Amino acid sequence: MKLLKGVMMLTLGFSISSTVLADVVHVAVASNFTAAMKDIAAQFEKDSEHTVILSFGSSGKFFAQIQNGAPFEVFLSADQAKPIALEKAGFIVPNSRFTYATGTLALWSTKADFVDKNYTNLKKGNFNKLALANPKLAPYGVAAEEVLTALNLKNSTQPKWVMGENISQTYQFVATDNADLGFVALSQIMDNGIVTKGSSWIIPSELYSPIRQDAVLLKTAQNNDGAKALLKYLHSDTAQHIIYDYGYKTE
Amino acid sequence: MLTEADLAAIWLTLKLATTVTALLLVIGTPIAWWLARTRSWLKAPVGAIVALPLVLPPTVLGFYLLIAMGPNGFIGEFTQQLGLGTLPFTFSGLVVGSVFYSLPFVVQPLQNAMQAIGERPMEVAATLRAGPWDRFFTVVLPLARPGFITATILGFAHTMGEFGVVLMIGGNIPDQTRVVSVQIYDHVEALEYAQAHTLAGIMVIFSFAVLLALYGSQRKTSLWS
Amino acid sequence: MDKINEVPLLKQKQGEDIHARFLLQRSNSGPANSFNPTNSSMFTLDVEVNIASKGITAIFGQSGSGKTTLLRCIAGLEQAESGHLTVNGDVWQSEKVFLPTHKRPLGYVFQESSLFAHLTGQGNLAYAIKRSDVASSKALYDQVITLMGIESILQRYPNQLSGGERQRIAIARALLIQPRLLLMDEPLASLDFARKQEILPYLEKLQSSFDIPILYVSHSMDEVARLADQVVLLQHGKVMAQGSTSEVFSRIDLPLPMGNDASVVWQGKVVERDKQWHLARVACAGGDLWVHDVNDEMGEYVRVRILARDVSLTLTYHEDSSILNRLLVKVAEIESDDNNAEALVQLRAGNDYLLAHLTRRSIDHLQLKQGSRLWAQIKSVAIVR
Repeated sequence: MKLLKGVMMLTLGFSISSTVLADVVHVAVASNFTAAMKDIAAQFEKDSEHTVILSFGSSGKFFAQIQNGAPFEVFLSADQAKPIALEKAGFIVPNSRFTYATGTLALWSTKADFVDKNYTNLKKGNFNKLALANPKLAPYGVAAEEVLTALNLKNSTQPKWVMGENISQTYQFVATDNADLGFVALSQIMDNGIVTKGSSWIIPSELYSPIRQDAVLLKTAQNNDGAKALLKYLHSDTAQHIIYDYGYKTE
Repeated sequence: MLTEADLAAIWLTLKLATTVTALLLVIGTPIAWWLARTRSWLKAPVGAIVALPLVLPPTVLGFYLLIAMGPNGFIGEFTQQLGLGTLPFTFSGLVVGSVFYSLPFVVQPLQNAMQAIGERPMEVAATLRAGPWDRFFTVVLPLARPGFITATILGFAHTMGEFGVVLMIGGNIPDQTRVVSVQIYDHVEALEYAQAHTLAGIMVIFSFAVLLALYGSQRKTSLWS
Repeated sequence: MDKINEVPLLKQKQGEDIHARFLLQRSNSGPANSFNPTNSSMFTLDVEVNIASKGITAIFGQSGSGKTTLLRCIAGLEQAESGHLTVNGDVWQSEKVFLPTHKRPLGYVFQESSLFAHLTGQGNLAYAIKRSDVASSKALYDQVITLMGIESILQRYPNQLSGGERQRIAIARALLIQPRLLLMDEPLASLDFARKQEILPYLEKLQSSFDIPILYVSHSMDEVARLADQVVLLQHGKVMAQGSTSEVFSRIDLPLPMGNDASVVWQGKVVERDKQWHLARVACAGGDLWVHDVNDEMGEYVRVRILARDVSLTLTYHEDSSILNRLLVKVAEIESDDNNAEALVQLRAGNDYLLAHLTRRSIDHLQLKQGSRLWAQIKSVAIVR
């Protein structure tokens, strides 16, 4: 065991010294951006020398971890509030914050023709449960609540709400058919620009405040060229195209 | 310090743990008795299934329960046929999930205690005209008492601390499925660290008290026998 | 030689005895040190016994002979593949019937302490009283408590009692279920010598106080000689002999674990008491014996044990010796093991038998052979009461 470890250390050291310019970038990614970021990272690794290590989870948890010294160089949040708070607390490289994607909310069901433009079944209360992300925790939850308020359906639907801790869990509730309806991120149900399963209604953007998702370069990355390159890469056409195909808007 | 939602979560958690423990004692006792006595080849597989929650990540168990209890799962189809609807996002659903999750913590101490009794006291009771049920209630139950104390405390405490399964099948509904551990998680996620501290502190003190009671009782019973 | 090897049929009325026939096979998963020279992997119990529904019957044999298994079969704790058991005319087991243990009106005393640890002595007795199918009386309760001498220890839990005390309570418990048959599985085996001496008198009183047939498993000749009226001798799961204790013990053709313990058991009536010398004369089938008087009542039946090593033989009647007991005997059989310095000689005395343990040299010197008539001398002080 010890020998194996030693060999691994040696190899690692060797590979680092042989590619002097390559960096390892640790990225904390909000769960809704999981699929898109995997594609982007793969492309980025092809187009550069750098290696990307992705961690997926809730933005709130990453926020707490970063404050307590978690070894991330880049943080892709699901909202703006947390990157702003980190900026104020001096955890990020000044002026590195920008909006990398704006989320789109969709009402979704795994059943075909269950969701239409007129959200008939939602209006009529014709469903067992309505899944949404916890508005207290997730920006997609805030947006979902705003939509229901705008449609004047909040009070009538509230008894049937089931809340996911994050948008991934909300998706899971609907995907396993435990909830007939759910407000999910369009990115979760979209593959190559089309919704592949069930029926959905892409919520008009005027019904909720934009779900701006901000990225920041953390202080730990001051000397990490890879991290800086990755953030720059998010603006590239390749990345923007991927982000768009997953149902996000870009600025 | 504690909000109304916190208090509701504590109350719900106590209710859940009490219900689950009571159910587990009823369900776990015959399972433990069977496991303690059987020579069937089924003993190993059944024992392994009971012990699964010890090694499975709670999220795995929660995920399977979510699927199984869903409208297309085998439990879900069964409960729908009974006219009970589906179980996820309900208190009953949490009870069912917790029963699976805490099962080994009740069955194993009971099984150990029952195995320790051995065959002899049962034979003695039989020669004193005690039938099988009589033997069970007047010999097995009292002699397995230390096992029942351990099982009750562990079952209760483990259900109190359960998180992964609740997260998966709960849906965070106040008074239904929002238990203390979820509430703490929400506080942390919402950056309400002070409230998280209070609730978490209560959990720590409670868990310590429970374990203290457990070890205290074990010392007493071992002195007694 | 003639009559001695016959196993006399017990003189019971039909339907008033215990008839048991069992065939049972078990793979030996027991302790590896159990001695079973013929077959170490399988144990077979193949027995048919008729047991008197009266008095104490010992099931006697070496460890591994199947004594306990037989007792457990009778209790229904072990279910033989094939078995038939009737007790006083009731069928407990047949091809069609298997009465579970808790439906059999028996009492059982286990080898080691078997009191319920969660109940006091009193609680253990109450457990039996509550479940007895015969209503219990205060008189019986008091009688049992007094007989076993346990009144002062009933409030204690088993872990606060000595081994002997526990066993006395266990016996009391078995009596209070008011059994029609009492089974005792080496109740003294787990006790040391002193504890054994403490309990034996209680067991002796048991039979005279309660009219319950007792099956008593033991591997101790001493215990059997002292307690049993009948003996079933087991070896390797088979019945080697059954009959009255004096008959079985006086045989020299049986694999009895004798050694220095070879002895006969005689029963007789006290017919004379010599107050001056504290002696009593007991009239036995084999002849009259002077034994020391332990305040026996006139007419009382007593049991004495005469060890073979305490019997000496003379060709003529010696008045001038210290020996009080001289019986005219006839040699019935001489043990035929030439590879030994010593041998057992079976002697016909009156209507009973005596055993004498002699050197081969003495046998040769006295020219003993079957039918020889001579005198047996037994020291009074050597007779075991």
